[in-house]
Amino acid sequence: MYVAVKGGEKAIANSQKLLAEERRGNPKVPELSLDQIREQMSLAVDRVMTEGSLYDPELAALAIKQARGDLQEAIFLLRAYRTTLPRFGDGEPIDTAEMNVRRRISATYKDLPGGQVLGPSFDYTHRLLDFALAAGDNRPAAEIAEAPVEGGMPRVTEILNYEGLIETEQPDHPNAPVVDLTRNSPRYPAERAARLQNLARGDEGFLLALGYSTQRGYGNNHPFAGEIRMGEVAVEFAPEELGFPIEIGEITVTECQMINQFKGSATQPPQFTQGYGLTFGHCERKAMSMALVDRALRAREFDEHIDAPAQDEEFVMAHSDNVEASGFVQHLKLPHYVDFQAELVTVRALRKAFEQRAEDSDTVSDAAE
Amino acid sequence: MADVIDHPSRTAAAETRAATGYNFAYLDEQTKRMIRRAILKGVAVPGYQVPFGSREMPLPYGWGTGGIQVTAAVIGPDDTLKVIDQGADDTTNAVNIRSFFAKTAGVATTEKTVEASVIQTRHRIPETPLSEDQILVYQVPIPEPLRWLEPRETETRKMHALEEYGAMHVSLYEDIAKYGRITKSYNYPVKVNGRYVMSPSPIPKFDNPKMDRMPALQLFGAGREKRIYAVPPYTRVKSLDFEDHPFTIETWDQCCALCGAGDSYLDEVVTDDKGGKMYVCSDSDYCEQRREAGHVGDGGDPAYAARNQIPAGDAPAGDEPAGDEPAGDKQ
Amino acid sequence: MAPMTDIKPGFRDPVLDSQATFRAVLDAMARPGRLRTLALLEDPPAPLAPATAAVCLALVDQDTPLWIAPDLRSQAAETFMKFHCGCPIVDDRAKAAFAIASAAKLPSLGGFAIGDDAYPETSTTVIVQTVGLAAGDGLTLSGPGIEDTHRLAVSGLRSGVWREWMENGVLFPCGIDLILVDGATLAALPRTTTVTEA
Repeated sequence: MYVAVKGGEKAIANSQKLLAEERRGNPKVPELSLDQIREQMSLAVDRVMTEGSLYDPELAALAIKQARGDLQEAIFLLRAYRTTLPRFGDGEPIDTAEMNVRRRISATYKDLPGGQVLGPSFDYTHRLLDFALAAGDNRPAAEIAEAPVEGGMPRVTEILNYEGLIETEQPDHPNAPVVDLTRNSPRYPAERAARLQNLARGDEGFLLALGYSTQRGYGNNHPFAGEIRMGEVAVEFAPEELGFPIEIGEITVTECQMINQFKGSATQPPQFTQGYGLTFGHCERKAMSMALVDRALRAREFDEHIDAPAQDEEFVMAHSDNVEASGFVQHLKLPHYVDFQAELVTVRALRKAFEQRAEDSDTVSDAAE
Repeated sequence: MADVIDHPSRTAAAETRAATGYNFAYLDEQTKRMIRRAILKGVAVPGYQVPFGSREMPLPYGWGTGGIQVTAAVIGPDDTLKVIDQGADDTTNAVNIRSFFAKTAGVATTEKTVEASVIQTRHRIPETPLSEDQILVYQVPIPEPLRWLEPRETETRKMHALEEYGAMHVSLYEDIAKYGRITKSYNYPVKVNGRYVMSPSPIPKFDNPKMDRMPALQLFGAGREKRIYAVPPYTRVKSLDFEDHPFTIETWDQCCALCGAGDSYLDEVVTDDKGGKMYVCSDSDYCEQRREAGHVGDGGDPAYAARNQIPAGDAPAGDEPAGDEPAGDKQ
Repeated sequence: MAPMTDIKPGFRDPVLDSQATFRAVLDAMARPGRLRTLALLEDPPAPLAPATAAVCLALVDQDTPLWIAPDLRSQAAETFMKFHCGCPIVDDRAKAAFAIASAAKLPSLGGFAIGDDAYPETSTTVIVQTVGLAAGDGLTLSGPGIEDTHRLAVSGLRSGVWREWMENGVLFPCGIDLILVDGATLAALPRTTTVTEA
């Protein structure tokens, strides 16, 4: 005789034990330390911090370890932790012109004040598996330059702005409170600040594909990589009781400014427009994709024809978040047998009606014969 | 007469807070206030989806984060919580959510519908009628009933504001034209208090009539979609239909193989790969209560019932589900 | 700001007392006209009633502008709200998420925020301090949350309120919601409640 299945709690506990065992792998292999992850998997840490919306390399390393290297799972862990943190207020805007630059390249000028600073990048490597690395990494450290990289490098957009060739970026409402999609549900049409926050938290793969689509004609907007820079910037906070900002630390960021031609309108002269991308750490691919999508989403602002996915604000914002997307896609694993039963009843009834109709028409044709 | 709220015994709640390092029921107080305000406005505008600043919870989106946030905002140390998924208390999702609240709020939990003051559910409404002293919290994946007709929030918000539900009726009628009936079997749209078209969440339409004029307060939480809505007690909830095609619910020729119930929603249990199957109550507590009261089913074997002289009312046998029947006066 | 000693105390247990207060308000809002008593706050700032102060402690914060009617806006009340709730106190009641007024000097209901058809939740919840609430007598209430009808007697209201309430109901889904207070007791009337005077 059938007995209803019981014991869900025990099964869950066992599943958790198995997960822990798999995470550790072969116990004879030394365990990863957070230092190792933070130092040697730093781009993974940077991505987790960016999409996790929390600048904390140590916790991001822990999340990666706990998630067995599944970065989306690690992002989720960091987000769920972030939710519980108390808020003291909003920081002052960071000034990337004052960045301690470690990498800075422009595709629009051969040379420019401050120069091209290649910095650490895969861009200039041959993508050949390095078998020597498998045996251990004993390379000498990079040499120290004779002179430090210039501080306070002007941005390419500032150079263009000197001639009035590019739009100046001004906040829509400089004194309005900072938009925060993690505290309020989005309202459409959304302002650019809300879109940028959404994109900064958005899945790198999703933004990469959307940005790519704009290059292939789906919302074509002729981009140039005006400037990409990566380095350290100061974070300032103005406590209520002090009334003036104080520096509370330093973070690494990657910034991308894409430059796009704009033919002008009845009220605006022809000039260049911008798409903007910013990430924690060194996430160049993400920053560039973000800048492409940001520009595409400004279509309404420039009266451009909206017909491509990357230009569709609701489509992009509602589907960019991998914590949301991953949860909902994977929720299909949860039992749905009640609804499936309802569908079974309906399909069987529909089939019965179908067979009945077939029988009836047989009878009719028999009678006709 | 007024009900007086006095200070309940709060030791358990305080101990929980100290032990977990998290606030009572996990959420911080500012978040709870925000959710509580949204719930109150939801009650004041029955069936309207109130946007709220949904938080990232330690459970994935799509796994009940909306319901969890609503429960966390509502629940107190005097509450007794029941959590069901597919009608059952022991499905993994239900077990996880129940243990989450037992851990973070230290509240009493139960599997008995009548003992619960707060019931969080996914996909079912309990068979046992709910009372005025209970709150039913639904987990909602897609709160927008018009989403399948119009994916844009900017458009659906307008449709609700203007009470423009023609497209919904057209879509249901297209079904009738094509198949002779409305084929929607779950998440069947309802109209609340004659104004808002609302998603009842993916409950089977079998459960829709239970929502109508229910004595308990019904709250709905959609975490990923960041919406909360409510149906106050004794509020009209009408499943959309047409005069010539009235709303119907699922029925079965069989009764529950375990408890013999003929009035409950049944799960189909496959017993072999040759079409063998039997039916058991989806509401595990309802089934257990009935069995404790001495009711028995045929164990999936009509011959067993005959041998053991089980009363006919408890275990009539049959073949296939009978399909739909009119939902009766309630709708 | 007044010295700390002049600020009346808030909840003894902010977490659990807020929860209990919210549940009382939720029950009141879900079952219009039903009386609930909150014995959680003994010493509210004059001239606010214990239930008024408790509801604010439970629901008002920096995200919800509060309007206090001139006859109730004492220094003690304002300090209490700023200190415990951290809410902005506004002079324009059309910008308030919550408002506090006395029954005798309740301003016209149309002057509060009523929300809009797309976002009807952005309307004011008005806390009205009455001089008496009693069930089983007085007004006849019906609508969502009420099985058949419910009786509620409200004392001390200026005249004309229920005619304005009818106009408020016509605005649905827009409209204000009321929380009626008498000492530590409260009842609520969401915008859906129909009120018939005996």
